[in-house]
Amino acid sequence: MSGNRIAKLSLQPMTNINERSVSNLSAIPKEEYLYKCTSACAGCSSSLCLRYVLKAAGPDSVLVVPACCTSVIQGMYPGTAMNVPVYNIAFAAAAACASGMSEALAALGKETNVIVYAGDGGTVDIGIQALSGAFERGTNFLYICYDNEAYGNTGMQRSGSTPLGARTTTTPGGKPTAKKDLDRIVEAHNPPYMATACSAYPLDLYKKVKKALSIEGPKFIHILAPCPPGWRYPTEKTVEMGKLAVKTGTWILYEREFGKLAISGPSKAAMKKPAPLEDYIKGQGRFKNLSPEVFDEMRQQVEHNIQRLSREEAGVC
Amino acid sequence: MLTIATGNKAVAAAVKAANPGVIAAYPITPQTEIVEQIADYVTDGELASRYIPVESEHSAMAACIGASAGGVRTFTATSSHGLLYMHEMVHWAAGARLPIVMANVNRALGPGWNTWAEHTDAFSQRDTGWLQVFVGTVQEAYDATLMAFKIAEDERVLLPVMVNLDGFTLSHIMQSLETAEIGDFLPPYHLPHAIDTENPCVYGPMTGPADYFRFRWDIERSMRDARGVIADVEREFAERFGRSYGPTEDYRCEDADVVVIAMGTLGKEAEVAVDRLRDEGIKAGSMRLRWFRPFPDLDLAGREVVVIDRDYSFGFGGVVAHSIRSKTGIEPYSVIAGLGGQEVTYNDIADFVRNRHPGEETWFGVSDHV
Repeated sequence: MSGNRIAKLSLQPMTNINERSVSNLSAIPKEEYLYKCTSACAGCSSSLCLRYVLKAAGPDSVLVVPACCTSVIQGMYPGTAMNVPVYNIAFAAAAACASGMSEALAALGKETNVIVYAGDGGTVDIGIQALSGAFERGTNFLYICYDNEAYGNTGMQRSGSTPLGARTTTTPGGKPTAKKDLDRIVEAHNPPYMATACSAYPLDLYKKVKKALSIEGPKFIHILAPCPPGWRYPTEKTVEMGKLAVKTGTWILYEREFGKLAISGPSKAAMKKPAPLEDYIKGQGRFKNLSPEVFDEMRQQVEHNIQRLSREEAGVC
Repeated sequence: MLTIATGNKAVAAAVKAANPGVIAAYPITPQTEIVEQIADYVTDGELASRYIPVESEHSAMAACIGASAGGVRTFTATSSHGLLYMHEMVHWAAGARLPIVMANVNRALGPGWNTWAEHTDAFSQRDTGWLQVFVGTVQEAYDATLMAFKIAEDERVLLPVMVNLDGFTLSHIMQSLETAEIGDFLPPYHLPHAIDTENPCVYGPMTGPADYFRFRWDIERSMRDARGVIADVEREFAERFGRSYGPTEDYRCEDADVVVIAMGTLGKEAEVAVDRLRDEGIKAGSMRLRWFRPFPDLDLAGREVVVIDRDYSFGFGGVVAHSIRSKTGIEPYSVIAGLGGQEVTYNDIADFVRNRHPGEETWFGVSDHV
């Protein structure tokens, strides 16, 4: 039985985490595990993220993919853009499938990385039970949620991760409720490592994947992945949109190692002096015609999150 | 070793002998004893399997899929609502050609809540691509579970197998059990398409109509080939362990004018009814249908047939009766009986034969001859 793994690990101080000294993008390995022949939309940031995730993970890795954009991006049988084994699985089942795979590979004495790469719908909505179960059991795997804040693969319907006010094909008048706080749900499972990342900061993502995979137990990385057709902005603005999410404090980059919070570099400056939220909102068609009340609520939520995480990192709770 | 055990304990003992690499378990009445017994084996070090206490049956099958594809033998057990909850993954396991073995302790479906025996749960998975065997005794629960691994893992099959045993009337009934030193009866697990990072492959990606259709035909072809594999494995089992089975268990059928067809424990009860009927001069026999998928060829020419269905397909009648009708052309007397654990005795079964109305359907004790 594997249920006590987290409890045991929590007793060990975090030392000797092998953080490879990669200080710029040119130091990232040249090997490609996601080839250029993907079926991704123009300007897709989640495929960009996948490329760096796999560069960090290396060839001894298996990707478990539930129904999501990556089901399409990887290409159609018999062709594929993938150069690591990919196990496609039903929408709600990724974390459970990865549990079984992780145990099987361990039983065979293999140290292969088992990585779930799932969208926000498959994580915060239909897949959250399996996710919670796998984290509670202490499964040795890395769960990555790339979050484009809607069901992108099926044509941009709202998910639990869609932010307040955003128009989707099932919230044509704007989403009336807030984005589900997935990270606090995952945090409640006390994983040894969890982090947020954003497609606009590939080096930060690369390092976080490296670090996550050096730790035994259930790890989680939540990536904000801007989506041109869903968010309704020009394809060439994908990197800019991610940067604005971070610079305005809408998306905060951080890590939690054994519960201890560390705000990541790009967010440190942004949280001290956030860029105006308007900069992030105005370029996205999904937020068109936002009412001043909803915008105020969004701004308050951003300020609240910045304060909450700043205070926690400073040890003031 | 000769011992006594419940049907559930017999399944657990067979799993221990098969030594899976990974077992995923979620409890449901009346299957619980299986996952509890296996947990004891693992905790006591009698079984080296990795035991994943999943949070749902959907995850149980998903974990088995991941583990089986990862390269180890896998097992899970469920019942009733658990089986229905995992339905999506039941299809997935067969489509992914994974030789997973699952015990299903047959139980009725709510509402209302009813934990007693019925076969509707298994038949709801009829078209998933799983092989399905139904057992009638504790010994058979053990033997069929052991054989299920060998049949599933045969490269001519590579499909999952569901071993069905009746809730309570078999799962919790104690009978004698001869356990075996299985030696090399089960070869080491070998999945030709197991995940291999040295040879990276993509499993189950988007697939166009032509390839998709071909994959479904491959499953059908393997299901057809499975008949021969089942016969081979049951023959080898008989040679090694002295107990032989077949697609049906026939009792006094050779000269029978009327044959009772039933499944699971009711099939054993029918044998007693046959003896009673023979004493009265009625030339009756019984045929306990063991394998439901693949469905066997049956020789019933010139006989009258009474089919007892512990199941239903609303608007269509008994599932087994319709299967017999379509496979043999015979119009049976169809009796729906035993739903939700309704008691059906050998006297009742003898009455079904005495009062048979070929071509008609009766819901025993509820509605006659409709």
